[in-house]
Amino acid sequence: MAVPRMITFTVATVLIVAMFVPPLEPIREEFSNFFNIIAAFAFVLGAASLLGVHWRRIRRRVRGWGYSIVCMASFLITLIVGLLKLGSPGGIGGSAIAEGSPFAWIFDYVFTPIDATLFSLLAFYVASAAFRAFRVRNAEATIMLVTAFLLLLGRTFLGNLVTAWLPPEMEPFELPNLVQWIMYVPMTAGSRAIMIGVALGTIATSLKIILGIDRPYLGGGK
Amino acid sequence: MVSLAELARERLAGRRLIYLCILLSVTVPMIWKISFKEHASPMVKNVFDQVESLPPGARVLLVFDFDPGTEPEIKPMSDAFTRHLCLKGAKLYCLTLWPTGPVEIDKVIRNVLTPEFPDYYYGADYINLGFVSGDEAIIAVALTSFQKAFPTDAHNISTSDTKRLPIMKWVENIRSFNLIIECSGGYPGLPEWIRYAAVPGGVPIVGGSVAVGTPELFPYVPDQCVGLLAGLKGAAEYEQLLLERYPLLERPECRVALDRMGPQTVAHLAIILFIIIGNGIYLSQKRRGRVGT
Repeated sequence: MAVPRMITFTVATVLIVAMFVPPLEPIREEFSNFFNIIAAFAFVLGAASLLGVHWRRIRRRVRGWGYSIVCMASFLITLIVGLLKLGSPGGIGGSAIAEGSPFAWIFDYVFTPIDATLFSLLAFYVASAAFRAFRVRNAEATIMLVTAFLLLLGRTFLGNLVTAWLPPEMEPFELPNLVQWIMYVPMTAGSRAIMIGVALGTIATSLKIILGIDRPYLGGGK
Repeated sequence: MVSLAELARERLAGRRLIYLCILLSVTVPMIWKISFKEHASPMVKNVFDQVESLPPGARVLLVFDFDPGTEPEIKPMSDAFTRHLCLKGAKLYCLTLWPTGPVEIDKVIRNVLTPEFPDYYYGADYINLGFVSGDEAIIAVALTSFQKAFPTDAHNISTSDTKRLPIMKWVENIRSFNLIIECSGGYPGLPEWIRYAAVPGGVPIVGGSVAVGTPELFPYVPDQCVGLLAGLKGAAEYEQLLLERYPLLERPECRVALDRMGPQTVAHLAIILFIIIGNGIYLSQKRRGRVGT
């Protein structure tokens, strides 16, 4: 238990100090290289974990185990085709993603449509959620509703036309300018507050890990 | 008061109707090719002006951090950036920190660079550095040594081999670049390149992001990030500026985002209509003392 904590403390302290001491920059680089090597191992571990989880689901016939077969088969086929560059124009020495290769075909005609479909489903959910959620229930909900309404309208070509009749002295109240103000001022202020909060939280968590109070790298505490 | 079963039936029917309306509002403009002229916002103009002000031969790091899910919004940006940079005669250094990114780089090379700019030669005018794992740690290494972060290109040629890759002759670290352009679909993306490369290296950065990811990027603009293309609309505004400045680009493949804005605009209007109808129903039910749906 003491050795991992010592390693964590030493590495973290060295990296923090190196950030402020330019001569120590090469050490930071070396650690970054270590990080990349470990990240590469994480790919292998991730793959092993995926196979392990789905293999157990299939063996125990857990509800929906058929999907696990699809998942494992898709993973293994893609892995083998990509790793061995099966059918690639340049063979094993060529590029797996070269035009006309089976791996590129899988990417273009299987992965791309599935991924794009999942993302585009958001349009349907957003519309349905907008219909049900944006209601004038109370003051807060009304503010949100008006803001969403202005932003949605302002992001269309109609946004330029709706307030085009306003005299020049009313320019700040033209919809595009109003939308820009919402995005630059209240929205940015909110985003900044969240970012600062997250940063403070990260510092606190990092300190707990460095000092050994929190030890997530040692597993689930068993 | 209505029964719960009746309420559930009403909700299901309402949801199906909404889905049908959205389907129609997206497909009809797509089939009829409805598109609208875009007016560039100041933020998009800043991005355009930054690229436009590059001198010939400027070194630009073009980062393709996106995947097929975000491709409909981001790819028109990366295509437009590539065209603009080639028209300016810039040297392109393409790379990605996403495992799905190499295919996106390949597509741009295959569909934009090679057919439209035959005078651009690999190794001399552009380079594909491919994918490297390590997220922000890699960016931190590139800040001090680009060759250490990216030891080979996508074809396994050493980036130190300046005979085969003369474009690498002028690159030592991030500070060697005139501009960083990040096409960001999520993490790692624009915030990481701003924090670990652009700000410490003093290199200007511009980028594009999916619309849902834009709010968290606004705090960086304009001090740490010169400008930002927000979603498909940002890409369409950029394409509009590009077409106005370079009329020779008036071709269907150069106005992908502008064409896609038609369905998006109609879908937005449909959502606005749903909000109005939803509130109308809610208020009338409230008046009758019925549970709001």
